[in-house]
Amino acid sequence: MKYLTEYRDADLVHGLINKIKEITTQHWTLMEICGGQTHSIIKNGLDQLLPDQIELVHGPGCPVCVTPLELIDKALAIASKPDVIFTSYGDMLRVPGSQADLFSVRARGGDIRVVYSPLDAVKLAQENPDKEVVFFAIGFETTAPANVMSVLQADQLGLDNFSILVSHVRVPQAIEAILSSPHNRVQGFLAAGHVCAVMGYWEYIPLAKKYNIPMTITGFEPLDIAQGILTTVESLEAGTCEVKNAYIRAVSKKGNQNAQAVINKVFEECDRKWRGIGLIPGSGWRLRPLYTKYDAEKRFQVETIQAEESPLCISGLVLQGQKKPDQCEAFGTLCTPENPLGATMVSDEGACAAYYRYRTQTPGSQEKGL
Amino acid sequence: MTNKTPSVESPICPLPRRHSDKIVQGHGSGGKMMADLIKDVFYPPLANPALLAGDDAGVVEISDGVRLAISTDAHVVSPLFFPGGDIGKLSVCGTVNDVAMVGARPLYLSASFILEEGLDINILEKVVNSMKEAANEADVQIICGDTKVVAHGEADGLYISTTGIGLLEPGRSIGGSQAKPGDQVIISGSLGDHGIAVLEARGDLGFETNLESDIAPLNHLIRAMLSVSDKVHVLRDPTRGGAASALNEIAKQSQVGIILDEGSIPVKPAVAAACEMLGFDPLYIANEGKLIAVVGSEDAPRILEKMHQTRYGEDAVVIGQVEESPPGRLLLKTGLGSTRIVDLLAGEMLPRIC
Repeated sequence: MKYLTEYRDADLVHGLINKIKEITTQHWTLMEICGGQTHSIIKNGLDQLLPDQIELVHGPGCPVCVTPLELIDKALAIASKPDVIFTSYGDMLRVPGSQADLFSVRARGGDIRVVYSPLDAVKLAQENPDKEVVFFAIGFETTAPANVMSVLQADQLGLDNFSILVSHVRVPQAIEAILSSPHNRVQGFLAAGHVCAVMGYWEYIPLAKKYNIPMTITGFEPLDIAQGILTTVESLEAGTCEVKNAYIRAVSKKGNQNAQAVINKVFEECDRKWRGIGLIPGSGWRLRPLYTKYDAEKRFQVETIQAEESPLCISGLVLQGQKKPDQCEAFGTLCTPENPLGATMVSDEGACAAYYRYRTQTPGSQEKGL
Repeated sequence: MTNKTPSVESPICPLPRRHSDKIVQGHGSGGKMMADLIKDVFYPPLANPALLAGDDAGVVEISDGVRLAISTDAHVVSPLFFPGGDIGKLSVCGTVNDVAMVGARPLYLSASFILEEGLDINILEKVVNSMKEAANEADVQIICGDTKVVAHGEADGLYISTTGIGLLEPGRSIGGSQAKPGDQVIISGSLGDHGIAVLEARGDLGFETNLESDIAPLNHLIRAMLSVSDKVHVLRDPTRGGAASALNEIAKQSQVGIILDEGSIPVKPAVAAACEMLGFDPLYIANEGKLIAVVGSEDAPRILEKMHQTRYGEDAVVIGQVEESPPGRLLLKTGLGSTRIVDLLAGEMLPRIC
C-alpha cells in the first residue's frame, strides 16, 4: 500500500535498529505515550529487536482505557433509556462499568450503535427526529476536532435531539502527571504523532525543559517508531533535552490551527479523572456554556452519578509506566480480554490487551513472552 | 476513586463483566466466546464422538465402510444481497463447503426458511434462484425444506438454514486433529474479501472498494486436490473469525504449533486498506470461498500445482508450516523478523477508536 508499506520496510527498520545498538551505552527507559504506538510495537515485535538496554514502557494514551468508570456508568444510564439511540466508537462497548457494559445494555434491548465518525451520529439524529441521539465523545486531542464538528454541525442543522457525552483528555497534562510522580522512571518520551498533528508540539517544549527530558514526536509504523527511539536515544546519550520531530510528514510545531480553533470554540479546559490514575488538573475538555444544550450529562440528568472503583488490578501502574502488563499476577489468568479486570485489558490499544494478544503462552506454560 | 488523589500505591481498577448470563453478539463471532459457549452449553448435554471431534461436519459410519458427513448452518446476513453474492448462494456454498472440508463428497441439502411478514415474494424468488445456481455448480440437490413465517419485526427479512449430507470414501481421514509437524499450510487465495465486501454493502465502510465476496462452492477444488495426494491432512474454510480462528482451532485440535509467514499471506490492497482504516486484521475477517489446507510437505508442490489449475484455487500459496511447539498456538513471523502470537478473537470484532 502506497505510503504505508514503505514505513514497514524491514531493511530500513533493521538499519535504524543497528544504529540504536551502536550508540547505546547504558540502560534507558522510554515511554511511548500512545496506545496506537504500543499496539504497533507489540504487533510488529519491535521491542524484540531492540538492544536489552532500551526498555519501552507503555503510556496512558489509550482513550478507552482511561475513560473513568463513572462516565461509563453515565453512558450505561443514558443508553438504557427508551427513545435513545446511543452511538459510540466500537471498542467502548466492551468497557465494563460498575454493573454492566454497553454490550449488556444492548442485549437487554438498548439501541446502541457503533459509528465510525461522530458525523454519522448527527446523520442518525437527522433521520430519527423522534429519538434522542447521543454520541459518546471520548478521546485525546486526535478525536476532538471531529467530535466538536458534530456539535457545530448539529447546531447548524438546528437539531434538538442530538447531544454528546464528553470525556475528553489531553496528553501534555498526563505527561506532567507522570513526570511529577516521585516514582517516575521514564527518561525519554515518544510523543503521540496523531495528537501532535492536531495540536503541534509547542506545548511539549516547556515540559521537556522543566523536567530535563527529551521527547520525540513519533508516528505509528515500525519505521516511524524505530526513528523515534533512535532520536530519543541520541538525545539521551548526548545529554540533551530537546523536543524533536520524527514525524514531519504529519506534524508541524504549530499543528493544525483550524482544528485547534474549532476545538477552542466548542470546548474549554477542565479537570478530568483518568481511570486507573485519578484526577489530573486541567487534563480534560468539556463543552463551553454556549453549547451546554448539547451536553448529554445535563440533558439526561446523569451528572450526579458517582462510581467507586475496586482496587483489583495494577492498570494504574501500567498506565504510568511503572509496571509491565505481565508483571501483574492476574495477567492472562484472572484477567483476559473476554473477562477484563482492568481497562488496559479491554481496548486493543490497551497495553495489557496488546501483551495478551501477541505475547501470552498456552495456559500452564512456564514461559512468558516469546 | 472519587475521593482519592492520584496514587500509584493504590491503583484503581474496575470489576470484571462476564457475559455468562445473557447472549451477546460476541457469542456469534467465531472467536473465544463462541468456543466457550459451545464447550459450556452445547457439549455437556449433547456429547458424542462425532460432535466432540469439533470439525466442520460430523462424520458417522452408518454401515460397514459407509461413512456420511453431515453439516448444518444457519445463515443470517445483512444486507441480503451484496457484491458477489446473496444469502441464497451463501446458504448453499456454506454448507457444501462444511461437508467437503472433511473430505466428503456433498450430495444433498435441506433448506429451512424463516421469512418475515412483509418480505417481497420476488426477493424470495431471487434468493431461491441463486440457491439453484449454486447447487448446480456444486453438483448437489436440495431435496427437502421447511418454511416458517414470523411477524413483521421478528426477523431481518429472511433467514435460511441448510443441512448437507455427503459421502466419505473409505480410508479418508481429514480433520482438525490430523496436522503433523513438518506439514505445510496452504491458503487457496486472498483473505478477507467476503467480510469487507459485506461491510461495504452495509454502508459501514464510508468509502468504496471494488471488492466482491468470494463466495464459492469448494467441493470441486477439494476433489482435485485429493486426486493428486493422500497427504491432505486438514481442510477448513475460514469463515467467521477468519483464518486466525480456523488455524487456532487446528493448532489446538492437533496440539501442534502453526507458524505463519506474514509476508506470504495474500491480502488484496482494498482489503488491506479497509483493515488499516478500521483497525481490523485481515486474518480475522470472514471468507466464504477460501480454504486452508494442511498437507504433507512432500506433496505440497503437487497439490499447489493442481489447485492452480482450478477456478477457485488459482492463487493458492503456502503461508506457513506446522511445528511441534508451542502446542495449540498460532504464531506469526512478522515482516521485521520478530515473532508474535495470533490468538482467537476474544468477542465481537470492533473498530478501534483511532
